[in-house]
Amino acid sequence: MRTSLLIAAIFIAASGAGRAETPRDFLTRFEKEAGTAASAERGARFFTARHGGEWSCASCHTERPTQAGRHAKTDKPISALAPSANGERFTDAAKVDKWFRRNCNDTMNRACTAQEKADVIAWLLSFK
Amino acid sequence: MENAVKTHLTLAALLATLTLPALADRLPVPNHPLYREECGSCHLAYPPQLLDAHSWLQVMNGLDKHFGSDASLDEKRRAAIADFLGRNAGGRKTGVTADAKGQPLLRISDTAYFQRKHREVDASVWKRPAIKSPANCAACHVNAAAGDYSERSIRIPK
Ligand code: HEC
Ligand code: HEC
Ligand code: HEC
Repeated sequence: MRTSLLIAAIFIAASGAGRAETPRDFLTRFEKEAGTAASAERGARFFTARHGGEWSCASCHTERPTQAGRHAKTDKPISALAPSANGERFTDAAKVDKWFRRNCNDTMNRACTAQEKADVIAWLLSFK
Repeated sequence: MENAVKTHLTLAALLATLTLPALADRLPVPNHPLYREECGSCHLAYPPQLLDAHSWLQVMNGLDKHFGSDASLDEKRRAAIADFLGRNAGGRKTGVTADAKGQPLLRISDTAYFQRKHREVDASVWKRPAIKSPANCAACHVNAAAGDYSERSIRIPK
């Protein structure tokens, strides 16, 4: 019994990516990097506006992020982005970083700033 | 007795290998959680059998500019998926998937095999709002995610 617990503990510690994080952890991390508090209102504007490209974030995730979206090009369903509607969102750092990298590049041709990321998360967390 | 069982088993195995490749309507994706996760997030995880190894290598070497999308991956995952696709690539069914100049094709929907199988689909059908593109297999092949491309599982949206 003790041995299996120990093994389980080692396993969890070793699989760094499996470390559970919460959406609030990401909000704190990006606010700290940005050096200012996040604004849900700014996040809403950022998410629904186009930034020179063909797509806004809402093109695939909709303007109501408690609903499922659809990929604007492939039509594949995308589950809701708001943590209140989908408990898996913002729980895995590698996944969060990967999709911010790709999706910011696709919509703006550049990376998102820490402030933009914090704002988006603050807005997504405002949905109950 | 034991020998008889053995012969039966060998016969069954032989029969299986003989009949499987003939089933053009079954394209199961070999189980590979990383492939499913990474290559099934924006679209269906396509059957590796439908491009040859050169085509897959080319796809996997250009993920940062992937059909107008950034699909970039960390090197460890990229290499593991490239290896999986190389090992499960087609060939027998689809032949060489290259253009007239010998350049590897990147789209399944550009291959001769795909075009032969979809001869009867009118060009205007691909553009319907509920279909959007030939790459949207699951729009018509409703059980595509399970590798089922049989005629009875096709519903073409209006
Ligand atoms: C072209 C379609 C598309 C656009 C535009 C898009 N996304 Fe996404 N996004 C996706 C897909 C596909 C996924 C991954 C599928 C999934 O996780 O359900 C995803 C996942 C994410 C995730 C992962 C969250 C998690 O922890 O699971 C975040 C964060 C995200 N998108 C934010 C954004 C932001 C911010 C923008 C605008 C800058 C944006 N997306 C624009 C398609 C898009
Ligand atoms: C960020 C989103 C995204 C991810 C992740 C992604 N793709 Fe794609 N892929 C696309 C888009 C967009 C298209 C173009 C769809 C269209 O033309 O309708 C596409 C098309 C394709 C096609 C051509 C389909 C055809 O026959 O026309 C192949 C093959 C392909 N992807 C393979 C992959 C592989 C392998 C991976 C995993 C390493 C992957 N994709 C991951 C977005 C993505
Ligand atoms: C517009 C709807 C539509 C789309 C989208 C579509 N197909 Fe098909 N597919 C068909 C039809 C119709 C047939 C022909 C059925 C027949 O004649 O038996 C077919 C036949 C096939 C067959 C041959 C099955 C057999 O019985 O031999 C395969 C394999 C196949 N499709 C794969 C794909 C793949 C892979 C994709 C996506 C890259 C795709 N299809 C996209 C409609 C579609």
